[in-house]
Amino acid sequence: MIAELGHFALILALCVAALLGTLPLLGAHYHRREWVVLARPAAQVFFLLVAASFVALAWSFYVNDFSVTYVAEHSNSLLPTMYRLAAVWGGHEGSLLLWIFMLAGWTVAVAQLSHTLDETMVARVLGVLGLVATGLLLFVLLTSNPFGRMLPAAENGRDLNPLLQDPGLVFHPPMLYMGYVGFSVAFAFAIAALLSGRLDAAWARWSRPWTTTAWIFLTLGIGLGSWWAYYELGWGGWWFWDPVENASFMPWLIGTALIHSLAVTEKRGSFKSWTVLLAIGAFSLSLLGTFLVRSGVLTSVHAFATDPRRGIFILVLLALVIGSSLTLYAWRAPKVALGGSFALLSRETMLLIGNVLLVVAAGSVLLGTLYPLIVDALSLGKISVGPPYFNTVFVPLMAPVLFLMAAAPLARWKHADVKQMARGLWIAAVLAVGAAIAIPLAMGGWTVLTGLGTMLAIWVGTSMGLQIAKRLKSGIPPLSFWGMQLGHLGIAVFVVGVTLVGGFQEEKDVRMEPGDTVLVGGHEFKFMGVTQVQGPNYSAARGQFEVTQGGRRSSTLYPEKRNYVSSSMPMTEAAIDAGLTRDVYVSLGEPLEGQAWAVRVYFKPFVDWIWGGCLLMALGGLCAVSDRRYRLRMRAPAAALQGATT
Amino acid sequence: MKAKFLIPLAAFGVLVAFLAVGLTRDPHEIPSPLVSKAAPAFKVPQLVAADKAFSPADLKGQVWMLNVWASWCVACRVEHPLLVELGRSKIVPLIGLDYKDKREDALKTLAQQGNPYDLSAVDTDGRIGIEYGVYGVPETFIIDKNGIIRHKQIGPVTAEALEKTILPLIAKLKNS
Repeated sequence: MIAELGHFALILALCVAALLGTLPLLGAHYHRREWVVLARPAAQVFFLLVAASFVALAWSFYVNDFSVTYVAEHSNSLLPTMYRLAAVWGGHEGSLLLWIFMLAGWTVAVAQLSHTLDETMVARVLGVLGLVATGLLLFVLLTSNPFGRMLPAAENGRDLNPLLQDPGLVFHPPMLYMGYVGFSVAFAFAIAALLSGRLDAAWARWSRPWTTTAWIFLTLGIGLGSWWAYYELGWGGWWFWDPVENASFMPWLIGTALIHSLAVTEKRGSFKSWTVLLAIGAFSLSLLGTFLVRSGVLTSVHAFATDPRRGIFILVLLALVIGSSLTLYAWRAPKVALGGSFALLSRETMLLIGNVLLVVAAGSVLLGTLYPLIVDALSLGKISVGPPYFNTVFVPLMAPVLFLMAAAPLARWKHADVKQMARGLWIAAVLAVGAAIAIPLAMGGWTVLTGLGTMLAIWVGTSMGLQIAKRLKSGIPPLSFWGMQLGHLGIAVFVVGVTLVGGFQEEKDVRMEPGDTVLVGGHEFKFMGVTQVQGPNYSAARGQFEVTQGGRRSSTLYPEKRNYVSSSMPMTEAAIDAGLTRDVYVSLGEPLEGQAWAVRVYFKPFVDWIWGGCLLMALGGLCAVSDRRYRLRMRAPAAALQGATT
Repeated sequence: MKAKFLIPLAAFGVLVAFLAVGLTRDPHEIPSPLVSKAAPAFKVPQLVAADKAFSPADLKGQVWMLNVWASWCVACRVEHPLLVELGRSKIVPLIGLDYKDKREDALKTLAQQGNPYDLSAVDTDGRIGIEYGVYGVPETFIIDKNGIIRHKQIGPVTAEALEKTILPLIAKLKNS
């Protein structure tokens, strides 16, 4: 009964979304106020209906209703409650429902927090979101209904994929989807601005906090996913350039470009049509990512069930949403007035170059991701593109971005003074070059990549120090300034992690019998043997390793090899002793003859800085959106709107 | 409308065209690099008659089929009835490769579901699987009279694959 109610609520949500996607937009166009004012209540009802539907599915999981096919396929009565709830988005149907739930959340947030924006603009923005929601709801209801029943009911469920039974997975998809879907707001603002022809500073100012918030969630989501892959997959890697990872990374790159471009549009009135294009691009890539993941056109470790009807449906949806927005762009953007002019050497130029590089990087990730598909479509054979391509292309593109990241904030708008910039930056340059030589050598060997990485990280770090010192002279800077600094510091910390773990990690694959020791990265690992343990829905062989460093005991690690009862799927659970400057990491391989095991041992210096960097970036974003001026604007919106010049 | 503002739309059009074609292809279908190479040699004990050994060299001069299976493999149960039927028809020697399995489990499975195989070779540690490039169970290889791998079926053998690809290929190889 509950499942049917959920299904019914979802159908009603489709009707309301269709209403939201038509009347307010028509009303805004034909100046029919009674249609325009429908937008807000419709958005609220839409959210309540989707939420009801989502809760209904979660309830079916909670009470183990195995007559619901989706529940039977992704849960099991032995599954702990937390994972039963996470299993709601553990499969295709449920994760799309989560997608729509997030969209509804963003829609209602815009409806609630936009009381100071003029009515027609709100109607247009909410209308665009309603149209997107209509398309996705049709997709779910027609091809991927999570509420289907099977009769007679299954006695027990098939269980959630053991890979996904992990705390990281409880939070990773919601975070990621919050980010993905959040770009729909920036997209809706851009489309609304194109429709009204009002691409002004006020529009940019309104888009900024929404875009940054979505970006924060996406950053955290990607970070969590990478962390999860690191400790759960047992391969010791943190990024695999897998199509599904790339699908989340491309919107992040474009989103990062968009945040910076919006800043220029707001402050200087320049880059308007470029900003609009980025806003369309970020959300388009989110949709494209959904298509790539959900249609099964690419192979990936994130194997999802595929159904040809779904692929075609999403492709049509993709073509309609992106195609119509780009057509609108081609039609309206040429009429957009140009912003203020700027000299060749100015903050604008630097931001523009950085922007272009980010877009090119996203393009090269897109090319690498789709290349197997393109080659196959042209009947040239089957190939796969791996990390060597991505690393070769990506590093050279990102190095100049990091270089500019440190210099641009010191440059003045409109016209930068080279001498004044050089006065500060030469210290940063000297320190960076010195560190680039000294740090890798001190850690055990200099390579081009470790040298480059350290240089860029120190360059960004010291330049930040200079900026803060300079800024403090003229009083306490606003939160948004600290947001920028924290975000950039996050990048520097991230680069340190990537560089040092890439250059100095050690790993050993060894056969060990109880009592054997192995030395990796200055740590001695002693294998104490394996015992059998019982979990709630699995049994496991648990190894015990005593880790000592320089004769001192530093930790005991218990890696496991689990066997999940209902799926009889073996899973490796790595054991990690995490630290600020290094992780040691043990995972059990296969049992060998007698009491011997194949064991994989890693020493990973500074690996946690990778995720620490992501956290700092997100924190920076948080500072930026909490800046006082966005709250001031809430109180004095009229002034902000009238302040728009173009 | 200025031309340069149409560029994003045009680029997107090309992308959609590729995605549309991509939907009609199956990315999981990977041609094996081992096709038209000699089947790697091995010599291991048989499953049922554990005192006897099996080696691909034993079947030199015959066209035969090697089916990688395991008692823990769910997808193998899908193809099992088809294999039983094929085994009964005696068209081709059907050799099983019991992959990363326990002997008692494997024997129990065969007792429960019927044994389609002329014999099964035992690959306890998956070493043979590595040599044959097995990355999922089940997989099926067709090997010709000269010991050359001619075809690899990834995933369960389906009635369609059997009729359209496997049986015609076996008939052709037998006549050559």
